[in-house]
Amino acid sequence: MNGDRPISTLEQAPPIPCTEECLLRPGNTNCGGCGMGVGLTMLGRALAEADDTCTLAIPACCGIVTAGAFPTTSYGVPTVATTFASAAAVAAGIATVRDLNEERGQVICWAGDGGTYDIGIATLSAAAERNENIIYICYDNEIYGNTGGQRSSATPPGARTTTTPGGKSEEKKDIMAIMAAHQIPYAATLSIAHPDDFSRKLKTAFNTPGTRFLLMHSPCPTGWKSEPADSVELVRLAVASGLFPLYEVWNGSAWRINVEPDWTSPTEYFQRQRRFKDGEIDLQATERSCRDQFKRLKTLAQEFPHKTEEG
Amino acid sequence: MSVEVVSGNHAAGYALSVAGEANRAARGASCGIYPITPQTEIVEYVASFPFQKSRVVPVESEHSAMAVSIGASLAGARAFTASSSNGIAYMVENIMVAGYYRLPIVMVAVNRTLGPPWNIWADQGDTLMLRDFPWIQFYAEDNQEVLDATLMAFRLAEDHRILLPALVAMDAFIVSHTQAETVLPDQSAVDRYLPELDLPHRLLHEDPKTLGGLAWPEVAMSLRLEIDEAMDRVDEVFGECRAAFRDVFERDPGGAIETLGTEDAEIVVVVSSSIATTAREIVKQRRAAGEKIGFVKIKMFRPFPERALREACNTAKAVAVLDRNYAAGVGGVFWQEAKAAFQGHRDDLIIQDYLTGLCGGDVTPPMIDEVIADVTTRDAETKPIWMTAP
Repeated sequence: MNGDRPISTLEQAPPIPCTEECLLRPGNTNCGGCGMGVGLTMLGRALAEADDTCTLAIPACCGIVTAGAFPTTSYGVPTVATTFASAAAVAAGIATVRDLNEERGQVICWAGDGGTYDIGIATLSAAAERNENIIYICYDNEIYGNTGGQRSSATPPGARTTTTPGGKSEEKKDIMAIMAAHQIPYAATLSIAHPDDFSRKLKTAFNTPGTRFLLMHSPCPTGWKSEPADSVELVRLAVASGLFPLYEVWNGSAWRINVEPDWTSPTEYFQRQRRFKDGEIDLQATERSCRDQFKRLKTLAQEFPHKTEEG
Repeated sequence: MSVEVVSGNHAAGYALSVAGEANRAARGASCGIYPITPQTEIVEYVASFPFQKSRVVPVESEHSAMAVSIGASLAGARAFTASSSNGIAYMVENIMVAGYYRLPIVMVAVNRTLGPPWNIWADQGDTLMLRDFPWIQFYAEDNQEVLDATLMAFRLAEDHRILLPALVAMDAFIVSHTQAETVLPDQSAVDRYLPELDLPHRLLHEDPKTLGGLAWPEVAMSLRLEIDEAMDRVDEVFGECRAAFRDVFERDPGGAIETLGTEDAEIVVVVSSSIATTAREIVKQRRAAGEKIGFVKIKMFRPFPERALREACNTAKAVAVLDRNYAAGVGGVFWQEAKAAFQGHRDDLIIQDYLTGLCGGDVTPPMIDEVIADVTTRDAETKPIWMTAP
């Protein structure tokens, strides 16, 4: 309006002292019952226990909304928002310079299933093929949560989303098989219902150079139409019923199963989420498919077991 | 220093490599690279350069090439890449991010027609598509200018008063694949010219910041304003970069525009990139024959050197702008920028657009003569005139 330009808000903004040393500070913007928030807390704890630190590369997803609005941030570690498809490539650039300068600290991608299974898969596949020295953690809530709940290729069959109003008719993509097929040093599944297993795998990942891929089943009460208090119980049921097996793969050639399902019926898992409608899930087929999938993993783990113990 | 006969791509690859190497005592250099005709030789050159502290990352797409360079730059390394045409179009999202993150990444672009149809020849439409992004843009006329502008681009981009990425464009094949005598400065001279990169907002564990998260309108707008202020400082800082270039390399790399005969010209021909070589010759010949014709080459396109262009056309009655690019439904992009530069200053001036050499067509001496004949007899502007070589 006149020759005097307004003073930059950046210069006016008071500095926010970093008093919280944890990775995820209190006061973040996550919904109640969000699995991602629990995962970030556990990641921060595992880093502290390992006397390690990290830089986060986060593509478009709830994970960057978690930070809140400038000039505040919920993240106590250096964090960069990347374009939706680019987390693994930006992380590769950061990790490259860290390694050129022989510096400490993990470089970790923290991405949802949309950014991993869908738009980011070419970037992730290429980073894995180059064996970039990064950890890629996908918090898989089986939906485009940040945009209000659309289907992704991680959405399980039968789930109603805003773009599959009659329930998804396709299978969930097996991202673990895809990543293991890249023969990366380490791939593992994580459940917040099994925190000891979760933490141990994070530490294994910290101590394994190269591309490490971790898939976390991440309850999303908003998208799953479930009660926030049920979140941990839901993912516990997913492990127990064989819907989300907990296992590790080394170099795409050695397998280990971490938790044996007790073959609890998945009925309760489906009933407690209103994204699934009564009568629309073929329970028998689901149970059969879970048992078949587990049998394949078990066969691999028996025939090609992982021999040495890691951290 | 050595003088060698090399291609435009070789000159670009050399400039990117020695610039990256010049940061070896600091945080090193890195880049994502991906091939596309006709720039592939640039990334091949970079991939085989014996860097002391660098990693060249051969990625799976242009989108990721820029993403790796963004990550490397955020971590404090000197970062760069090269691309062309549809590759630039595929890279656009991250090109934008590099600008808004204020990362001093340098990209060499070989101007090639955007497809379809499939056409690998010269057309500036690929980089001019980026004109509204926070990138400094240079259009180099020949191999030497590619090298010089690339080195200057690093110094300018990394200056704390600027902190904007910069691209250096050259015409496909006409420059990229034509070998010409080129001065290749020694590494030690480049080391003196390019100070170690010190990115003020690089990622640090001791001072963790979140970059690129949510910002409310007032904050986001203030960041745009800071870009505008940095763009306003480019003219002055570029002048310093040019002076330092003269000191270190003992050559003058030229300014934002180059003029010839504009002190008394009634007709001014405004060109960019390799068309300048032809147009300059014609203007020289016709001035020698007593005609009051002037020549302007626009080397820096963004920020657009408005004032310099106005001053160069001070005595002109008519200006002919030659555009090797086309913005659909409007006309040439340099013409639009020139029109805007004169708006409210010289509303009497005829500024006529000539679309020449699009999609790799030749721009021949008779065409320049034809342009001059047309603009000389004009008493009004018309829509852009489409021309092809006879």
